Amino acid sequence: MILNGNAIKYGDNIDTDVIIPARYLNTSDPGELAAHCMEDIDKDFPAKCKPGDVMIGGLNFGCGSSREHAPIAIKAAGISCVIAKTFARIFFRNAINIGLPILECAEAAADIDEGDALRVDLSAGSIENVTKGKVYTAAPFPEFMQKIIASGGLVAYTKSRG
Amino acid sequence: MAMTMTQKILARGAALDSVTAGQLIKVKLDLVLGNDITSPVAIKEFEKISVTNVFDKTKIALVPDHFTPNKDIKSAQQCKAVRDFAHKHDIENYFEVGQMGIEHALLPEKGLVVSGDVVIGADSHTCTYGALGAFSTGVGSTDMAVGMATGECWFKVPEAIRVELVGKPGKWVSGKDVILHLIGLIGVDGALYQSLEFAGEGLAALSMDDRFTIANMAIEAGAKNGIFPVDDKTISYIEAHSKKPYTVFEPDADAQYVKTVTIDLSKLRPTVSFPHLPSNARTIDEVGDIKIDQVVIGSCTNGRIEDLRIAADILNGRRVASHIRTIVIPATQKIYLQAMEEGLLKIFIDAGCAVSTPTCGPCLGGHMGILAAGERCVATTNRNFIGRMGDVKSEVYLASPAVAAASAIAGKIASPEAFDIA
Ligand code: SF4
Repeated sequence: MILNGNAIKYGDNIDTDVIIPARYLNTSDPGELAAHCMEDIDKDFPAKCKPGDVMIGGLNFGCGSSREHAPIAIKAAGISCVIAKTFARIFFRNAINIGLPILECAEAAADIDEGDALRVDLSAGSIENVTKGKVYTAAPFPEFMQKIIASGGLVAYTKSRG
Repeated sequence: MAMTMTQKILARGAALDSVTAGQLIKVKLDLVLGNDITSPVAIKEFEKISVTNVFDKTKIALVPDHFTPNKDIKSAQQCKAVRDFAHKHDIENYFEVGQMGIEHALLPEKGLVVSGDVVIGADSHTCTYGALGAFSTGVGSTDMAVGMATGECWFKVPEAIRVELVGKPGKWVSGKDVILHLIGLIGVDGALYQSLEFAGEGLAALSMDDRFTIANMAIEAGAKNGIFPVDDKTISYIEAHSKKPYTVFEPDADAQYVKTVTIDLSKLRPTVSFPHLPSNARTIDEVGDIKIDQVVIGSCTNGRIEDLRIAADILNGRRVASHIRTIVIPATQKIYLQAMEEGLLKIFIDAGCAVSTPTCGPCLGGHMGILAAGERCVATTNRNFIGRMGDVKSEVYLASPAVAAASAIAGKIASPEAFDIA
């Protein structure tokens, strides 16, 4: 699967409270969550995010609470993929489980600047920075996780196995 | 192959003789937990899986605790979804307002977790039960849904950091200071994807409530779980609260650890984590002059009876500063009742505190004590991220109940030593 979009970049330790503040957790509607995604650190995010854009994070992206509302909000905002140096473990699970593509690649996360045009090949784990004319390679997922991703998330995967 | 304590519990759950770090395994679950925020999403996902029943109605716990008693119409609808699901599937451990408490204080108290168990919860602080020698970890709603349907969850077997505790803590140093100090040392991602395994002779000086507080915040160092060895204190706690059979696991003597961090409890000072990360830890001697507006004593980290006793000890016969809102929230109904019987609630009310029914409330900026722009709060909770307790321009300082109570009286961050009566 090939994804094309521009980079929207944040720093280290982006926590789930800033991805989607708890005051909006009285709903689980993806559209409503997306409207408030990132608002405590970047009010303009929902407006500037175009379908297909790629979110870039630093270390420990998605730390904090287990709220699945966080990857749901990012996905519903139109983000096609999140690339970070490292992910907090619950966010990592949740993203895979709900079918939000994520890639762990420290080099890409450090090198990519806000607005860079990116072309991501998910199955190969390669990230092309069209603006800078560079290619980075992310660590591939273990086979088991690839199966979950290919099924479209954990629920579909579980269902397909009866 | 030598295994850590966590690896042994996971191996048993996966019905394997041994496991090694990095291995992907499927593990049988002894308990699946959800709350009023995460369960509604899990219930929707559960309904997409073609199963009619939950895997075991006695092994699911549903605790509406975050926005309860319902703070608004939308949260009332979320709680209703949970209640209806619990009713439909005859879930034994559904805890309604009036019987409930904050999930991570409630489950051990109700005896639902014992040593050797494998527990997942759609709440990041599910790691709390590591204090009992269980493997317990936070997951998301989809994992919870699949857990409820199949009784299983996949895990990558973690490596571990060994935390060696030595010495005895001073009078005003509690579990909270130990964990804030540790997170300050290793950072908010210091144990990412790893277990924190506690060990050492210093453990003997820590009460069960101290251990719950420490295990509770393992996630704040990025850890998958935090776990304590089972000793006499653990056994008597389990036997006093639960009828479930328990299994005691010990790490192999030659188990491999990524590293060992040694903490001398006798050298610890009361510790405060400054905004906006739990790792911004400073000793009470380094805090400077920080004026505050609110104090919250409660949460799954520090809303247990010992926490309330320490706070009451300091507040007894004193009054909180006139400009400070002090909110005390016993974590469960049982703790609330006990605090009442011991006269602690009278001490709090006489001192000018508001005492609330159990709820997560202000801890996650839900209700019952939201901060305005520019306000500062000393809280015994576990997170001080931007906007966690209210406006994005508010600030949360994490501390022990002793520091929180002393600060409420002083009107600024203060050491409990100033109120030492002994
Ligand atoms: S008290 Fe706070 S940290 Fe604990 S479960 Fe409730 S919201 Fe989460």
